[in-house]
Amino acid sequence: MLLAIVESIGRQVILWMENSGRIVILLGNTLFHLREKPRMNHVLHQMAHLGVDSLPIVLLTILFTGMVITLQTATEFIKYGAQSSVGGVVAIAMARELAPVLTGVVVAGRVGAAITAEIGSMKVTEQIDALRVMAINPIKYLVVPRLLACVIMVPILVIFADIIGTVGGYLVATLYADISSFTYIHSITLFTVVNDIIGGLVKAMFFGGIIAIIGCYKGLTTGEGAEGVGRATTASVVSSIILIFISNYFLSLVLYR
Amino acid sequence: MIKLENISMSFHGKHILQGIDLEVKKGETLVVIGPSGSGKSTLLRLMVGLLKPTLGKVWIKGQEISHLSEDDLNKIRIGMGMVFQYSALFDSMTVGDNVAFGLREHTAMTEAEIHKIVTRNLRMVGLAGQQDVMPNELSGGMKKRVSLARAIAIRPEIMLYDEPTAGLDPIMSGTIDRLIMNAKRVLCVTSVVVTHHMSSAFKIADRVAMIHGGRIIEVGTVEQIKQSENPVVQQFILGLKSPSAYVRRRSEMR
Repeated sequence: MLLAIVESIGRQVILWMENSGRIVILLGNTLFHLREKPRMNHVLHQMAHLGVDSLPIVLLTILFTGMVITLQTATEFIKYGAQSSVGGVVAIAMARELAPVLTGVVVAGRVGAAITAEIGSMKVTEQIDALRVMAINPIKYLVVPRLLACVIMVPILVIFADIIGTVGGYLVATLYADISSFTYIHSITLFTVVNDIIGGLVKAMFFGGIIAIIGCYKGLTTGEGAEGVGRATTASVVSSIILIFISNYFLSLVLYR
Repeated sequence: MIKLENISMSFHGKHILQGIDLEVKKGETLVVIGPSGSGKSTLLRLMVGLLKPTLGKVWIKGQEISHLSEDDLNKIRIGMGMVFQYSALFDSMTVGDNVAFGLREHTAMTEAEIHKIVTRNLRMVGLAGQQDVMPNELSGGMKKRVSLARAIAIRPEIMLYDEPTAGLDPIMSGTIDRLIMNAKRVLCVTSVVVTHHMSSAFKIADRVAMIHGGRIIEVGTVEQIKQSENPVVQQFILGLKSPSAYVRRRSEMR
């Protein structure tokens, strides 16, 4: 019984390490192909498809997050007479953590799933093999444009998220918590520094990379049939989100020391 | 043109192919027959480098390819075309873009020149004027024909066909057979066709190789295969219940 449990854990660890190794190899191969000029039309197409199309859902998510954070912060801060700090706290939380992480999570759910489903479908219908037979490297053709698109577009989405989150906070602060416009904005300029925003954008680039590589890896290693595509898509979203949260901690540790 | 030397292939400890030696000469059409799961498609995938053998060597035009990197393999693959069992058309592209794909990627042709070749190839497979149709609007037979038009667009020296007539009605199967023979006649290609449709096999083959249990058990011309004394070969080509049924039938005839 005990031996079976240990064996099962051991198998899972080996599987996890194998997958991690393969993901690193895929990342290495993708970076290797970045030395060649990427297909710009593919990159732009992916930027529109993966980035621009995600904007509404990102804005909606972050708007309400900014609003609820302000609601909670303002209620508590006003009790202690610290309403003049609300704008700054919301802006810092938004720029450093909430905008990049939540944008990453939303994009992982929407874009990561789409990447895996698309590449996974291509895999099960032999389209990836067809590419290879036609002397096209699937990494160069499929992975590189998606990686570039995600690494470029997630930070751009985060810029919009920073703005909309802070605007959401402003609306709640001024309309609900009776904090004046001047106090809210002054607090933002007082507390927030450029590095807060840049750190968030650096995180967003990492998250974009994670979403693209995990999405492509899960697609390229999809099992047989529609069930395989469904399983790979779920695994892609779950793995990306977990990696975003874990890497976020270490990035915060490095970026905001 | 193609040579397999002592090829063995295993997946997860299961032997798919064992000790395969096979040669396909320039301009020849070799048809590989055998029951489902006997390793026919695996053999085809080894020839184009989609799989690497566990043991043995694969030679294409005098070059050993089983140890090559993907980029080096691609230099060899430019001279090869393949028609997949389920067509494998790029479903995000129109029929015209599918056929033009290889030309756009590997040649410096102008769009006008590419358009001319696409139109000609689609006319050749009986699909003139279908350039702007999406693959999901086509029937199985039409998809196979587009796949063939795509594969021959870059004028390959070697064509590989994986079950080209599977799932098609007899009329469409006949059309595909004629297209394979036309491709050979017009482009002088070396072809390997994997099938278990005996009528197709006997119509298009210069030689036939029978694979069974991961081993080549018979190679010969169509006549030699038809006259084979091997009960397993006869069972397969006559569609008998078991090899012993053939042995019984033969002894009755004597």
